[in-house]
Formats: sequence, structure tokens, C-alpha cells
Amino acid sequence: MTVPTAIRERMSLRSVVIWTAVAIAGAVAWGVLALARGENISAVWLVVAALCSYAIAYRFYAKFIAHKVLGVDDRRATPAERLDNAVDYQPTDRRVLLGHHFAAIAGAGPLVGPVLAAQMGYLPGTMWIIFGVIFAGAVQDMVILFFSMRRDGKSLGQMAREEIGPFGGVAALVAVFSIMIILLAVLALVVVNALARSPWGTFSIAMTIPIALLMGFYLRVIRPGRVLEATVIGVGLLLLAIVAGGWIDQSSLADTFTLSAETLVFCIVIYGFFASVLPVWMLLAPRDYLSTFMKVGTIVLLAIGVLIASPVLKNEAVTEFAKSGAGPVFAGSLFPFVFITIACGALSGFHSLVASGTTPKMIQKESQVRMVGYGAMLIESFVAIMALIAASILEPGLYYAMNAPAALVGATADSAAQAVANLGFTITPQDLQSAATAVEEETLIARTGGAPTFALGMSDIFSAFLGGASMKAFWYHFAIMFEALFILTTVDAGTRVGRFMLQDTLGNVYKPLARVSWKPGLWATSAIVVLAWGYFLYVGVTDPLGGINQLFPLFGIANQLLAAVALTVATVILVKSGRLKWAWITGIPLLWDAAVTLTASWQKVFSGDVKLGFFAQRARYADALDRGEVLPPAKNLDDMSTVITNTTVQGTLAAFFAILIVIIILDAARVCWKAIRTHRELPTTETPFVESKIVAGSGLFPSPEERAQLVGAGVGSRDDAEEPPERR
Amino acid sequence: MSVRAVAGRLWCFLREVSGETAYDQYVERHRRDHPDAPVLSRREFERRRADERGHDPGSRCC
Repeated sequence: MTVPTAIRERMSLRSVVIWTAVAIAGAVAWGVLALARGENISAVWLVVAALCSYAIAYRFYAKFIAHKVLGVDDRRATPAERLDNAVDYQPTDRRVLLGHHFAAIAGAGPLVGPVLAAQMGYLPGTMWIIFGVIFAGAVQDMVILFFSMRRDGKSLGQMAREEIGPFGGVAALVAVFSIMIILLAVLALVVVNALARSPWGTFSIAMTIPIALLMGFYLRVIRPGRVLEATVIGVGLLLLAIVAGGWIDQSSLADTFTLSAETLVFCIVIYGFFASVLPVWMLLAPRDYLSTFMKVGTIVLLAIGVLIASPVLKNEAVTEFAKSGAGPVFAGSLFPFVFITIACGALSGFHSLVASGTTPKMIQKESQVRMVGYGAMLIESFVAIMALIAASILEPGLYYAMNAPAALVGATADSAAQAVANLGFTITPQDLQSAATAVEEETLIARTGGAPTFALGMSDIFSAFLGGASMKAFWYHFAIMFEALFILTTVDAGTRVGRFMLQDTLGNVYKPLARVSWKPGLWATSAIVVLAWGYFLYVGVTDPLGGINQLFPLFGIANQLLAAVALTVATVILVKSGRLKWAWITGIPLLWDAAVTLTASWQKVFSGDVKLGFFAQRARYADALDRGEVLPPAKNLDDMSTVITNTTVQGTLAAFFAILIVIIILDAARVCWKAIRTHRELPTTETPFVESKIVAGSGLFPSPEERAQLVGAGVGSRDDAEEPPERR
Repeated sequence: MSVRAVAGRLWCFLREVSGETAYDQYVERHRRDHPDAPVLSRREFERRRADERGHDPGSRCC
């Protein structure tokens, strides 16, 4: 890697010493992680390895990309400055914008994927999360943010259409819509699996609806705009709802809140419909405030907890399942399935929608794309590391009893202990039962979806330094609540986004549908979106083969497909703007992403292994049904038909996603080839240069030179460099 | 920097991130750009701002 001269010159002796120390600390931590075999090591090593790697990547690689490859130019006015209209275009302080951007990109994804991927051991997941984010995920976010910013905040779909062609544009649109549906279904499935037959969890989550309504009313009528007051009240009530859940659990009302998974599906679908047609101020806006504050607070607390409690990793570094591909949580071997399962936290295509949506319209200075785009993604990656730790500090026997599908582990502690023993791990039925009793749940067997596992690990860490064993049940339900809260916020917001896309598209056919205020159109399009993800959710809940292990790979493939679209757009722009020699910056992540996604789809479609291939499963069950046989885990002929229908739909989707990727990449390759063959410079799609009049720093804290500039512009003093920058 | 100063800055940051300062910014800007036009009340301003969000919920990730 070439370090730009500007950077090399500025490095003082002091920073050379500091960065050498960071590099050594990181190398030692990686060494411990990679070489420890057979002994248990502390989770702190994971944290150190991650933080040191992030610091070095941010300081060197991200800076190199921003200055050398993208050519950020702080003399150039950003769209926020040029088009400032105080509504969507508005220069915003970089630290505030980092907060907004992080809140928009981070959700439940990084908490779920790493938990499932822990079945391969902690090392593959850790390596992919850290190296994936440094070389692919954070690069994608920053580069897309930059390119969109240079084009007045154009969306990914618009850029795909302009840079690749109408075909690429349509493919991007279809990809976005289908990933949205699968994403919502999988996330809702995580909530359903966490709340099924758990009166404590169900009551606490149900309470978030009146709490949000109350906050909405407070902000609308009682004290307009006092967000922090309302949030403090809301968080207080939320904690009360968790405590009250414990009382409900012990009372005669427990039966009322003990719901089956199927009932919960109907509740969530109905909730999703109403939440998306009600005005934003009633439910969505207050939920957003609550979940953002809970999210950031909990993650900070968890990081502190890991450092204080220093829990020991009980998971193996690399398990047998990495090679055999016969893991119970999801089928398939390490390559490609670790890279599919962990999407958010390493490389998440969905982020490119945020990075090409609101954020580029609010950025003050071009150089801030590094802090906002790259930086926010590093934080999300750190959240994924926390989730991996939470899953890896549990006894492996307990982990598999919780995460293997019900068809494998059965319903009783004895059958689960037996199944876990067959997998090569040990846990006694008594230990399994006492783990459930400790968090006041009836059972922990086959609580798939990641949320219960994460909650259990988190309650272990928290109870070690806050409240001891007696608080374990509280912390478990706190974690469930925290995860379910922002999954439901995503469901609400995602349904709205899906509805807007549908209204937009169908509006071309029938005009009134595009009008946001036309109520019948609003209800109809909302219902279509809700029913679409509701269908997959219902399939996931009732699938005899286990919903999570069937649907999660599809979600991962869809997300990585969107990443392929984003990286393709970025690579095409680099090539077309004469930066062929830097095309590898996004080109290599693109090739990797395409290899992973296509291999995964190929195996999901064509593999003859009945655990892995959708159509192999279908054939096996269809043959048996023809003979009138019932194959376990199906219990009757209806189950058999369900398996056949589900595998057909899932296999077709996997094939469809793969075909979309191939189309986009081939189309882009054609465009690139044409651009390389034409030896003259192509017309730029950037908006022309306008000189900037704003003075502002680019990093978290202003550097000495920036401070001098701020003072020179009369907006900062030597000891108060945090003043919000203003116009000269 | 004293603990108080850090807490004060954190508070300012939280106010700005949560959008509590949006109204103050609007008033300041409105007074500068249109000194003669009447300023919206906070209630009216927040109401319009919330309804604006209804037309563009923004993408949220996983």
C-alpha cells in the first residue's frame, strides 16, 4: 500500500511511537487468538484485536482511500452547503451526523448473524467481522457516501441507472425491494422465537406500544419537541415494564401472555400494518428515540462489562462444523456460509441505501466522509464483535441446545441433552433446566434466532458486575426487550419504506397510487408489503425443517446481493472517471462478495446434500410423499406438503438472487470495458465545483491546524474548539 | 477539561442529536433570512417537522 506523501510527511515521532504501540498490541492480541488451542482465553483479547485493527485501518487505509483514491476536497462546497433548504439539505455537525448515520445503519443484524456463526467457532467470525469491515464493509459505506455526495445525494438506484444503464437500475430496485421483504420476515422471526411461550418477554414488549404512544402524545401535545424529556420518561417506563414482566410471570395473568409462535405472527403482522399507516409522530418517531438511546446505552454498557468481567471464551476457536458443514444451526461449510451469515457488521449492502439517502445531503465537508461513512461502520462492526463474545462465553452444550432446530433437539431437557451429546458436546438435563430457571424462562431448548442466546450471554456479563445472580433474569429480559424493541422499529420503518417503493412503482401504472395522502392506496400498498413479509414469517414459524436455518441464508444472500450492486456502482464510477488503477479498492471486495454469494446460492440451489440444497430437500420429500411416507421431522402428510412448497419458494428465490447478481456484474463489466477502450475522458456525472465557505474540522476532534483555521474564521477559540462551525 | 464541562458538552451533543435544537436553529435562521416575517410557534414548527418525516421515513438497516 502506498502512503500518500502528505500523510508521510506529517507523521511526527510521537505518532510513530503511538502507532507502533497500537500495531504491537493488535498483533499480540491476534497472536493470542490464533495460537490459543485447548486452553480458554479471555474475551478481552478479542476486544483488543478489534480496536487496534480498527484504529490502524481508520488512520491509514481510510485516510489513504479518502485522499488518494476519492480525492476529497474541502475547498469544494458539499450539497448541504450549496442546496441548504433547512429540510433535507442542511449542513450538520459531523459528530451529530455520525450519530444519525450510525442510528440508521445499526440494528439487530449485527447481533444476530455473529451468534449463529459462532457454530463455526469464534475465530472465523472474528476474522471476517474485522477484516471484512476494514477492506469491504466500511469501504463500501464511505465510497458510496462520497459518490452520492458528489451527485447531490442521488440514491443508489439512480446512480446504478446513470452509471450502468436502465438494466442495472431495475435490477437494483428489485434487489432492494426483495431484500426488504426477506429482511423484515427474518427479523420478525427472531422476535417471535424470542417471545414464544415467554409471558415475561411478551408482556414487556407489548408495553412498548402504549409507552411509545404516550411519548408521541407528550411530544405532540404536552411539550412539543422536548425529545430528551420524553425519552427519559420512556426509558424509565421501559425499565418498569421489564420489572413488571417478572410480576406478570408469577401472577395468574401469565397464561394470558403465554402465546404460541403462530399467534405472535398474527399479532406482529397486524401491528406492522397499523404502525405503518398511522402518522409517524404516534408510534415510529417515539420508538426511534427509544430504540436509539437503548441501543447505544446497552452497547456501551456491554463493552464496559466485557472489560470488567473479562469473561472466558468457552467456544472453540474453529469447530468441526467449519469443515464438515454439518452444523445444526445452519447447514454448509465455512466458505461461503460464515460470510453469508455474518452480513451486518462486516459487509452490509443495506447500508448503501442510507449512505446514498439522507446522510450525503447533510455532510458539511467532503473529508468528513471518512469519519461518518467509515467510522460509523467500524462502530457497527464492534457491535458484532460484542455479539460474538456473548455467544462464545456460553457452554457449547448450552449454545447448541438453544440454537439447534426443535426437530433435532426435541422438547424436553433429556432429549436435548441427548441430541447435544450426539453432536459431540455435553450438557446434563439438570444444567439445561437450571440455566432456564436462572433467567426465569420455562425452557431454553431450541430458542433459535440468536436473540435468546445473545440475551443469555449478556445477562452473564452484566450480572457479573451489576447485581449478581439475582439480577440474571432481569438482565436476560432487558436484553430481549432491547433487541425486540429495535427489531419492531425496523419492521415499522421497513414496511413504510417498502410501501413507498411500491406506491412509487405502481403509481406509474395507476396515478392516484403514487399520492401519499390517498388513503385506499395507502392501506392497499401497506397490506401488500405486510402480507409479503408476513408470508415468509409464517413459513419460518411453521417450517418443519426450522425457520431460521432455512431463511437466514436467504437473508444473507439478499443483503450481500445489494452489497454487490453498491460495490459494482462504485467500481464502475472509479473506472469511468479514469481511476482504473484504483479500481481494486472496491473491485476486490466485489469479487470476493460475488464469489461468496454465488457459491452460496449455487449450493443452496444445486447441492445434492439434503441438509443444504433446497431442491434436494424438495426432491427427497416429494418422492416420499409419492410413496405415501412421512419423513421426520415432518409429522404428517400436511407437513410433507409444507416442506415441498417452502423449499420450492426458497430455492427459486436463491436462484433469482444469483441471476440478478450475474446480470448486474456482466452489465457493469460491459460498461467498464467500453470506458477502458475509449481513450478519452468520459463526461463526468458529478455536479460542478463550487467553492465552500464553511470552515469545519474533519475528524472527531479538530487537529491543531484545523483549530487555527477555526480561530482564523472567528468561530473557535483556542480552548473551545468544539464550537459548532459557522459561516464565515 | 473539568467533569462539568464534559457533561455540559455531552448534554449539548445529546440535544443536537435528538433534534431538540432544531427549533432554535429554525428561529435563528428565520430571523436572519426573513427579519419581517412572523416566526412559527414551537408547537406548529414541531408539528410540521414531524409530518415532514411521514413523507420520507428514510431507510433503516438491519
